[in-house]
Amino acid sequence: MAVLIDQGSKILVQGLTGREGSFHALRNRAYGTQVVAGVTPGKGGQDVEGIPVFDTVRDAVAGTAADVSLIFVPPRFAADAMYEAIDGGVRLIITITEGIPAHEMLRVYNYLRTKDVAMIGPNCPGVISPGKANVGIMPPQIFAPGGVGLVSRSGTLTYQIANELTQKGLGQSTAVGIGGDPIVGSSFIDMLARFQADPETTVIAMVGEIGGNEEEQAAEFITREVTKPVVAYIAGFTAPPGKQMGHAGAIISGTSGTARAKKEALEAVGIRVGVNPTEVASLVEEALAR
Amino acid sequence: MDLHEYQGKQLFASVGIPVPRGAVAATPEEAEKVAAELGGRVVVKAQVHIGGRGKAGGVKLADSPEEARLMAAAILGMDIRGHTVHRVLVEEASEIARELYAALIFDRGAKQVLAMLSGMGGMDVEEIAHSHPEAIARVHVDPLAGWSDYHGRRLCFGAGLGVDLLRPIGEIFAGLWNAFMRYEATLVEVNPLIQTMDGRLVALDSKFSVDNNSLYRQPDVAAMRDVQAADPQEQMAAERGVTYVKLDGDIGVLGNGAGLVMSTLDVVADAGGSPANFLDVGGGAKAEEIVTALEVITSDPKVKTIFFNIFGGITRCDEVARGVLTAVEQMGIDMPIVVRLDGTHDVEGREILAQAAVPTLHVEATMLDAANRAVALAAGREG
Repeated sequence: MAVLIDQGSKILVQGLTGREGSFHALRNRAYGTQVVAGVTPGKGGQDVEGIPVFDTVRDAVAGTAADVSLIFVPPRFAADAMYEAIDGGVRLIITITEGIPAHEMLRVYNYLRTKDVAMIGPNCPGVISPGKANVGIMPPQIFAPGGVGLVSRSGTLTYQIANELTQKGLGQSTAVGIGGDPIVGSSFIDMLARFQADPETTVIAMVGEIGGNEEEQAAEFITREVTKPVVAYIAGFTAPPGKQMGHAGAIISGTSGTARAKKEALEAVGIRVGVNPTEVASLVEEALAR
Repeated sequence: MDLHEYQGKQLFASVGIPVPRGAVAATPEEAEKVAAELGGRVVVKAQVHIGGRGKAGGVKLADSPEEARLMAAAILGMDIRGHTVHRVLVEEASEIARELYAALIFDRGAKQVLAMLSGMGGMDVEEIAHSHPEAIARVHVDPLAGWSDYHGRRLCFGAGLGVDLLRPIGEIFAGLWNAFMRYEATLVEVNPLIQTMDGRLVALDSKFSVDNNSLYRQPDVAAMRDVQAADPQEQMAAERGVTYVKLDGDIGVLGNGAGLVMSTLDVVADAGGSPANFLDVGGGAKAEEIVTALEVITSDPKVKTIFFNIFGGITRCDEVARGVLTAVEQMGIDMPIVVRLDGTHDVEGREILAQAAVPTLHVEATMLDAANRAVALAAGREG
């Protein structure tokens, strides 16, 4: 069934009436995704091209049985929107919003982890299960249905690699952009566990970048828990220490968190790391041929 | 955003953490005046966003106001690992009995705040962590529960410090916690945290980093941004709102999305080239955004070739192509520009560039071909 979302998922959009929210929600609907509700406080009773708008998440869930919330709310209101979603009765939250203060996310995450709700993002492109559902801002035309589980910290790099895979005839079960912020709702490990458990996923491609130690933790998790082949890519070999490269997460200091350290940690447990996105697609192809 | 030592100490003082008396000076005369007001022996410290300033000669003791002036004159304008010194902190010299290390860090792995304390202050903490890992006590703090006195006790006992330090260490950490939360820091570090001859704890240095995303609601901290500290291109980029990082090569790189641009730098390096910068134009495809980006890149005199790498998702390649043509025409750029367009409306985009037939524009369909082309052009192997 792919992971996180499929054709049965019912999506509500917090911030549907905004410019970004309506544009992407309608694109998601055009892909065949069930976009069933919007939430904008004070605009309950209106609709956006037939999608009913509710005042609260709780009302939207009660009225439409939505199980996933997609958040486009601007950064200064996004934490509030996430708390409302966590308490509102959905099983999955996908936060696209970029620029949320790190301390807000620190509190949201520590609240989230006591609840039975999953989150992807923030500062992420969303999730697509090709042929089934697209929830977020990813361009669906470069994806195709298939067996590659793709997980990445970066948006356009996800597209780049998905495109390379699709051109080689390697479709994807689900592609997930987990987000480039220092604190995000789901880690590589969370996604690896889901792909491992998903019968439609036959090989996993993991796209990391400098900063933090999540790729190293993932390497350790893979040796213990993942039996499917995993191929990796790491961006940022030429990044100088101590400089932030756009993503708040993409900062390295000293020796830990460097691309080289991550590559070595992955290769030490037998995971092949492509030197560029094109090679990643070839490594996935080879992994499948074995 | 990283703050200077004197700025971090101002924030420490605002939450009651003891710091030496002192003031910042931008000229030797100001330094002399501060030293005269303080009286006695002072220390003159370069204010730069880089470590190792002591070894580079950026920290000097002075026994008189005149000597402080001379020391400041020597330090101001000094280049410390690529950073020019524009200000010095002049403060009273301290009698040090013992040096400790204290810090609060945003631990993205644990997704909590990590507090650390060590009795081996004064050294580089990564050095301590490597050679004496047991000498650093650590405790995680749940941001929803906040700081509690027991955290301080665990640190103090864990670091093997005496019972006499329990209360003062607890007070220092309560202050650090307040500073960390109030100013939305990602790092506060005191190294060394000194114990004076008369037993008081004083923050002798400060490292203070704050979250850029919070600056909209932290006006006092936002006002501390030092555009002088950045190099000329980075300063220009910051003023124009462009996400830019200076590197030291000759191929100017721009693309859409941080991950893709980082990957582009790697691919250029792998092809034997040397990137001049990181620049993320984001979803920006409009001519004015491209002009701004190219102005920043071409203001670096080392740049010989430009590599424009776009993967169109939301961004449409035909719009990018028109933007590039407008920018090239408007700015009269005569150096080679390699453009790689892929994704949404890529065929149309490449067609627009092909029809324009600008001799300096080289269009490639893949990232690897484009990187090889850019490297060859920068090396003068192609015209």
